[in-house]
Amino acid sequence: MNYRATAEGRPYTNMLKIKNLKIEVGGKEILKGVDLEVGKGEVVALMGPNGSGKSSLSNTLMGNPNYEITEGEMIFEGKNIGEMSPDERAGLGIFMAFQYPVAIPGVTVREMLITSLRSRGQEVKAIDVKRQVEEIAKELRISEDLLSRGLNEGFSGGEKKKMEILQMKVLQPKLAILDETDSGLDLDAMNFVAFEVQRQIQQTGMSVILITHYQKMLTLINVDKVAVLKKGLVVDRGGKELIEELGKNGYKKYE
Amino acid sequence: MSRFAKKIVEEKKSTEGIGDTYVLGHNDKFEYAYKSAKGISEARVREISALKEEPEWMLEIRLKALKIFFEKKMPEWGGDMSKINFDEIYYYLKPLNKPGKTWDEVPAEIKATFEKIGVPQAEREALAGVKSQYDSEVIYGSLRKSLSDKGVVFLGMDEGLKQYPDLVKEYFGKVIPMGDNKLAALNTAAWSGGSFVYVPKGVDVELPLQTYFRINSENAGQFERTLIILDEGANLHYIEGCSASSYSSGSLHAAVVEIFVKKGAKMQYTTVQNWYKNVYNLVTKRAWVEEEGLMRWIDGNLGSKLTQKYPCCILAGRKARGEILSIAWAGADQHQDTGAKMIHLAPETTSQILSKSISKGGGRATYRGLVQINKGAKGARSKVVCDALILDSKSRSDTYPTNKIMENESTLEHEAVVSRISEDQLFYLMSRGISEHEAEGMIVNGFLEPVMREVPFEYAIEMNRLVNLEMEGSVG
Repeated sequence: MNYRATAEGRPYTNMLKIKNLKIEVGGKEILKGVDLEVGKGEVVALMGPNGSGKSSLSNTLMGNPNYEITEGEMIFEGKNIGEMSPDERAGLGIFMAFQYPVAIPGVTVREMLITSLRSRGQEVKAIDVKRQVEEIAKELRISEDLLSRGLNEGFSGGEKKKMEILQMKVLQPKLAILDETDSGLDLDAMNFVAFEVQRQIQQTGMSVILITHYQKMLTLINVDKVAVLKKGLVVDRGGKELIEELGKNGYKKYE
Repeated sequence: MSRFAKKIVEEKKSTEGIGDTYVLGHNDKFEYAYKSAKGISEARVREISALKEEPEWMLEIRLKALKIFFEKKMPEWGGDMSKINFDEIYYYLKPLNKPGKTWDEVPAEIKATFEKIGVPQAEREALAGVKSQYDSEVIYGSLRKSLSDKGVVFLGMDEGLKQYPDLVKEYFGKVIPMGDNKLAALNTAAWSGGSFVYVPKGVDVELPLQTYFRINSENAGQFERTLIILDEGANLHYIEGCSASSYSSGSLHAAVVEIFVKKGAKMQYTTVQNWYKNVYNLVTKRAWVEEEGLMRWIDGNLGSKLTQKYPCCILAGRKARGEILSIAWAGADQHQDTGAKMIHLAPETTSQILSKSISKGGGRATYRGLVQINKGAKGARSKVVCDALILDSKSRSDTYPTNKIMENESTLEHEAVVSRISEDQLFYLMSRGISEHEAEGMIVNGFLEPVMREVPFEYAIEMNRLVNLEMEGSVG
């Protein structure tokens, strides 16, 4: 077991360990040997310029079949997840809030979540899920009529992102990958979303990989550590102080 | 084959048996009250008519129609009908001497079949009346007393002819003439069973009436003839369900359904069809809709070897409305050649067609539709949406829309989309912990949802169940 100290001096239990991960998309190498660790309850901000491989890393973690692992491994709670299908990974407690959630016409978020929870062997009642979804929607200021529509069908960018967070709240993952969840959200919405994420971290000890371009989100969520990706490699690591520095100077120093 | 990592799929051992997921394929063995010899001829038609003790004029109609049937060629468009051997078919199979008035009078074996299908239970819970047709004859029927007191008539067609010969004479063959097509001619010559419904002026039949059609015998021909008349301002929802025993040689179901919707009346006709995969289902359905009347056809086509069915609304009166919502499922060795026809004869008539088809495992789904707006139908509007979902590369979907617009002051919108299940959608649902197989089923059911939501709840559940059964073994 790997132990490191939290901000409060509490040791983190290792949850995710990525070792020398190399991936290809359509024959092109995107990640060129990434190492990253995420402890239980830890929030890791993944930063870097466009095209640095942040989203590729998220998608690879979740098992998107377009991303082919050529080398390295991903160990989640002691299990090598590299060969697992996305639903098996979800079953272990990994969740991704998509950067671009697709529409599933004719399937409501409630129907999907019920199937999702039951797939994990949870015996849930449809009515309870319905109530829970309605409650969370209220907290996130998601308008009720979206709940009876096909998931993401005709939703605005911001509505889609809030719906991802709603799913995270119902599914209660051990590790949430938030892939640019803040983009498309206005300031108010960003506040609600950040509040809900922070609350879930505190209540459930959820770990987070946070991908964002904006400083704002990083001030709203309590980040434990930062990794900077550039051209498929981790080029810098640090604590919160790195966020401020990057905010001022950008990624020039990694040129 | 999926590219999702390490997917465990239990490959279906073999798909040699057609209808391998069909759950209603058993057959009942018992002594039929009457079984005609194979094939159709003038003598056979006379025999059927005589057994039914029909009036002379009906026999004349039958004989005239038979002549047309012999003269007319098989349609040259549509699916492959070359395997239909009209000489091998039993045209009249009478299971019982007398239809049951109570469920207790129905023989145990047949009763068990209908109980398996769920007919008596549905009757108790949510229906105003039922008819059960077994091969050629209606074997059981009921109607709530409150409705018969209001003058609602719900009879087997044979009984309808006996009790209301004048009404039958007035409407029979008027919206679907015997010469309409070869199969309609055959039906007119050989018809037996079907429903006769009359709803008097202003009567609202709040609960649905249902008829269930069951083909039990091998090589059986089922030629039911349904006639529904809604008088002014009446309201009715009629539901039909269908299934058949599984035999290696095919049966023929060639029905004719004629509906008359008078001024301001509202009619919904829902079909949940689940024929065994060897049945030729060649059906003509048409409604005549008068001023401010509404006709809705909701058509769920699952099963059968070949279905050719294009429900039609003739919008004859000002502001008449027609809606046709259909689902077609074409699995292995199946061809669903289905669609809709809207004929606008009068001003301000409106129509909507929503067709959803799914093809998988080499199945073929064809949409064939007609929208005709006649000169003088000023302000007529029509909207056609046909969506096809193709689940694998072996399967096929075609769209043949025909528009005949002869009135300038009218509008027609047409949308047709052919899609496949996208890998992005599968990945998204799987990332939520849902298996690939279940995710596919979910996407398919979501695709059908706009039609399903119009189907009564219990039937929507049944259709969902059938779709999920069809989805089984579709992975890989």
